[in-house]
Amino acid sequence: MLKEIQVTGQKDTRSGFGDGIVEAARKNPNVVALTADLAGSMKLNQFMKEFPERYVQVGIAEANMMGIAAGLTIGGKIPYTTTFANFSTGRVYDQIRQSIAYSGKNVKICASHAGLTLGEDGATHQILEDIGLMKMLPGMTVIVPCDYNQTKAATIAVAEYVGPVYLRFGRPSWPIFTAADQKFEIGKAQFFSEGKDVSIFACGHMVWKAIEAGRILEDKGLSVEVVNIHTIKPLDTEAILRSIRKTRCAVTVEEHNIIGGLGDAIAQTAAKSFPIPIEYIGTNDTFGESGTPTQLLKKYGLDTQNIVEAAHKVIARKG
Amino acid sequence: MMKRSDLEIKSVEYRKKILKYILGANAGHTGGSLSCIDILNVLYNHVLNVSPQNFTSPTRDRYIQSKGHCVEALFVVLADKGFFPEEHLETLCKYKSHYIGHPTRKVKGVEQNTGALGHGLPIAVGNAIAAKLDKKDYKVYTLMGDGELPEGSNWEAALTAAHYKLDNLCAIVDKNTLQITAPTAEVCNTDPLDEKWKAFGWAVKEVDGHDIEALKAAFDSLPFEPGKPSVIIAHTVKGKGVSFMENNLKWHHGVPSKEEYALAISELDNSMQKAAV
Repeated sequence: MLKEIQVTGQKDTRSGFGDGIVEAARKNPNVVALTADLAGSMKLNQFMKEFPERYVQVGIAEANMMGIAAGLTIGGKIPYTTTFANFSTGRVYDQIRQSIAYSGKNVKICASHAGLTLGEDGATHQILEDIGLMKMLPGMTVIVPCDYNQTKAATIAVAEYVGPVYLRFGRPSWPIFTAADQKFEIGKAQFFSEGKDVSIFACGHMVWKAIEAGRILEDKGLSVEVVNIHTIKPLDTEAILRSIRKTRCAVTVEEHNIIGGLGDAIAQTAAKSFPIPIEYIGTNDTFGESGTPTQLLKKYGLDTQNIVEAAHKVIARKG
Repeated sequence: MMKRSDLEIKSVEYRKKILKYILGANAGHTGGSLSCIDILNVLYNHVLNVSPQNFTSPTRDRYIQSKGHCVEALFVVLADKGFFPEEHLETLCKYKSHYIGHPTRKVKGVEQNTGALGHGLPIAVGNAIAAKLDKKDYKVYTLMGDGELPEGSNWEAALTAAHYKLDNLCAIVDKNTLQITAPTAEVCNTDPLDEKWKAFGWAVKEVDGHDIEALKAAFDSLPFEPGKPSVIIAHTVKGKGVSFMENNLKWHHGVPSKEEYALAISELDNSMQKAAV
């Protein structure tokens, strides 16, 4: 039951990254952190203190940072690039495509302040297209962990994986509800409940919203399967199909444009092997704006109540 | 006439092979490959500590070709150095061949996939930082075209290289002064180029990019200044070595006809015979 999930604290996922990279660096001397003048925002303070020689300040020159990261791999390093998600992807797409993805480079692109929950800074910085941009690149692994603990575990895990990774996380303080000692398994969906009436597939911050919605639905007597798709690529199609074969309908929830994100990936899987009705929660082909995370999630239809309504709608569509 | 050096003779042979494989592929960047081939010749036969045997060694020198479109020049030299059998180049730009129109790591000897311009220098900077971090004394070289210099990422990387005092890094600009549309000075003028690099904190030398001895002397004097990255501005001629290709825009991406090819080979053979007298 979703009610049994305990919230153990509140913390920003980017701090999970900051703490995770320190552990990854302690384990592996080749881990190097790069930043384009956002070390504080990316929570690199402890890394800088402990590993000053492995910290590369590039300045505000993101394209250069991506190229430098590719070059560091030729010297055997495991570079983690750090900046906001919009500067980590759209701004430097050519560098990532040619010099990192196409070249099969072992670069970890670590992106904070993704999505609407960035809040007050507004549309310029609230990228809602980055998952799509990154998942389209051949060979790119795309990971969107759901809370502080999982972001930390994912940050550590990607050092062990050889190949380019896009790791997306965010700015706001957010409930912590996964285990502190978890081992992050790339490409393996995480089930928070088992149910038979509806599957709710979510990633990132929206996993908590999906759990909240699931609790409301459970109170109404529905049996809900909440699944955390923290790895959007490679997608755990086996787990997704197992779930929808049982529930025969799904709601997808992401802090991203519904064009090109998690929902698309789930729909493609379903369409190919087990077509079902799907409702999509996400931004709908729009840029964001200034506001608090709560205000923005409500305005753009990403709130708990929106998920509840989508679940009812999709269950009704099962016929 | 003075007897030509072994490397000068090699340059003529390389030029003939570039034309041969471009003709076979019916594709290629003829002019730029002919302008940079003397630089590659000196790098691979005089400067770089890199060979098929040590290519996975962490201490090998690194070469990254930013002007990836002139891949024919690189492939011809790599074949000569024994990275792969030269007959592989008969598949150049053909379906299912690894020997595609831009450098790829699927070909032994290639460090980095390149081809989008403005990428080589940032990658070389990253590689040079890695060498410094590991206190290894290998050197990193990158060859850029003058036409790609307006790409902003080059100047971002130039700043970083100076900031981190990367005197283990050497950039070479193949300044052939022509690009696909028009002379570089008309498309987006980058002169005075030496002053720009100096202003970005680099040590600069200018050489005749077809003078083997001058190139050797420049590379032998690296780093030009301790604590600074070095750049060699190599003054070259696009299409160098074949009279009707020299300084002619048509040969940026031009492929010779069989007749033009025969004429070009005969010119190159003549220059070789003269040299032997």
